[in-house]
Amino acid sequence: MDQKESVRDITPWDGTLSSSDFFSAACAFSEKWKRFNAFVPPWLWVPSRKHHLLSSHKEEGYLSLEGMCLIKSSEEQESCRSQTWKEESSISQEEEAVDNATLVQSSCDEVNHYDFHIVYSPSYRVPVLYFRSYHSDGQPLPFGEIEKDLPDHSAKIRSESKWTFITQEEHPYLNRPWYKLHPCGTSEWMKLLFHGDTALNKNGFVIEHYLVSWFSVIGQVVGLKIPLGMLETLSC
Amino acid sequence: MSGAATVSSSEAHKLVWEGSVPLLIHLHDSEVTTLPPPPPALVLAPRLGYLPLLISQLKPYFSTTLPPGVDTLWFEYRGLPLKWYIPTGVLFDLLCVEPERPWNLTVHFRGYPSNLLLPCEGEDSVKWSFINSLKEAAYVTKGNCKNVMNMSQSDQVELWRSVLNGNLESYQRVSSKLKLGTFEDEYTENISAVSTASQQNSGEADAAAQVKSGRIPVRLYVWTVTEDFDDLESAPQIDNWDKISYINRPVEIQKEDGKYFSLNDAIKSLLPEYFPGSSFDNLGDASTKQSVGDEGENTCDPDSSSLPLENAEIKLVRIQGIEPCLEIPFSWVVNNLMNPEYFLHICVCLKVSEANALQ
Repeated sequence: MDQKESVRDITPWDGTLSSSDFFSAACAFSEKWKRFNAFVPPWLWVPSRKHHLLSSHKEEGYLSLEGMCLIKSSEEQESCRSQTWKEESSISQEEEAVDNATLVQSSCDEVNHYDFHIVYSPSYRVPVLYFRSYHSDGQPLPFGEIEKDLPDHSAKIRSESKWTFITQEEHPYLNRPWYKLHPCGTSEWMKLLFHGDTALNKNGFVIEHYLVSWFSVIGQVVGLKIPLGMLETLSC
Repeated sequence: MSGAATVSSSEAHKLVWEGSVPLLIHLHDSEVTTLPPPPPALVLAPRLGYLPLLISQLKPYFSTTLPPGVDTLWFEYRGLPLKWYIPTGVLFDLLCVEPERPWNLTVHFRGYPSNLLLPCEGEDSVKWSFINSLKEAAYVTKGNCKNVMNMSQSDQVELWRSVLNGNLESYQRVSSKLKLGTFEDEYTENISAVSTASQQNSGEADAAAQVKSGRIPVRLYVWTVTEDFDDLESAPQIDNWDKISYINRPVEIQKEDGKYFSLNDAIKSLLPEYFPGSSFDNLGDASTKQSVGDEGENTCDPDSSSLPLENAEIKLVRIQGIEPCLEIPFSWVVNNLMNPEYFLHICVCLKVSEANALQ
């Protein structure tokens, strides 16, 4: 174990995480998210089905944020067009106390629902964002409609970077088609985010802040924002 | 399977590339519009190939009877829709425990179950999936997929064509440029020494460069039984993909002094939850576990920590249609039995206690 630690200290960090580091990073991320996002649902850790009985490996699983409703402002107000995410259960309660500039749909039927999962990839050794979208009746959205939901800068990010693209693949645990942001470039830009500073690899700093940094980039592609408070925890 | 070491590498590759599964393909009743219904099509499908690529062979059999509409090809076996991106040979090894020859499948040209299966738009989708897997294998082996990304257009075309047509020579010519290497360890050198003499292809020697990261791309398909079965006929039928645990995790080569890393070791290293006594653990720094902290954040059963861990028993291992002796060096298995996208696909049946069975 000692030998491993000293090797870690001197080898330049390659932008990747081990599976158990991912679990630690996920715990740190979801705890911070809760702290800074009082009005948004928390990310929940879902242990992989086959491991639910075996305590020593409950670390295998993924982070889940489900039932997010995407509400877009009216087309007429192009200048202040924005996206607002609401939790499914809170929509009906909020219908009354509504600010018309941000919430147009008065009925849940026209709202698109999104589920997000952050799943570890053992091949690429990085987290991967999976998502799916469906109408209130459960019908999945065709990709063309999802693209309309994505923020304007998402298309820009995706076209400019050959590393960031959306593909449809089977969810590693759920045997269903989901969309995902391909992980092949993740380690490269994660390295850049931490300025390749090997000193940061000590004392678990990287693990603590990995997902916040990762999400600050990935979230932009799907329009999920990180509150400023969370980003500020990166510079300490 | 004794005598594996006496099969040279080139012979083994040839056998794998020539491997095929005879299929008897029936058109689904709902899509038969003529009487008498068309007879099923008998097709020899390459093990290393993929089912949607058979469309050109199948269409002539059924085109006159199909209802109007656009073709969206999909297959099922006893009601289970088949995942088209899994190589044909793997599907057969996994789902047909008692090998059925020919293997009876049902084909559909309509009504694609898009809530269950990834969309497939013919050869392009299959090719994309293949290249994507190849990139993943490259990343696992080398830490980046530049070699695949930088392939010339003509090389990419030739690589795909060689897989389509089952042309091993052409494949080796192009794939050797990728320098994805073979897994070498001191124990396989004796075995390879026999085979290097018979290899004329200099590309092979070139490709035997070191595998830097010591990680091997493996796709493991695990299903469990709670009782012994005496013969394959009485093995339970897999009628649901949820009964199969798909593990897409690289094997990390671990060496112990005086011992080679066997196939048995490799499989156990990928399944630490079933083989807790095993000295290999592929889940990374298992000793740096952190407590979960806030109980509300996970859905773990608080009583789970009191359940005893047990060793499962490996009942069946199938790779490329064979059931290798588990003590064979893993390096030999990888070098000789992997698929063209550089992944080794292993089907495993485990016997476990009721509590640990995959439902």
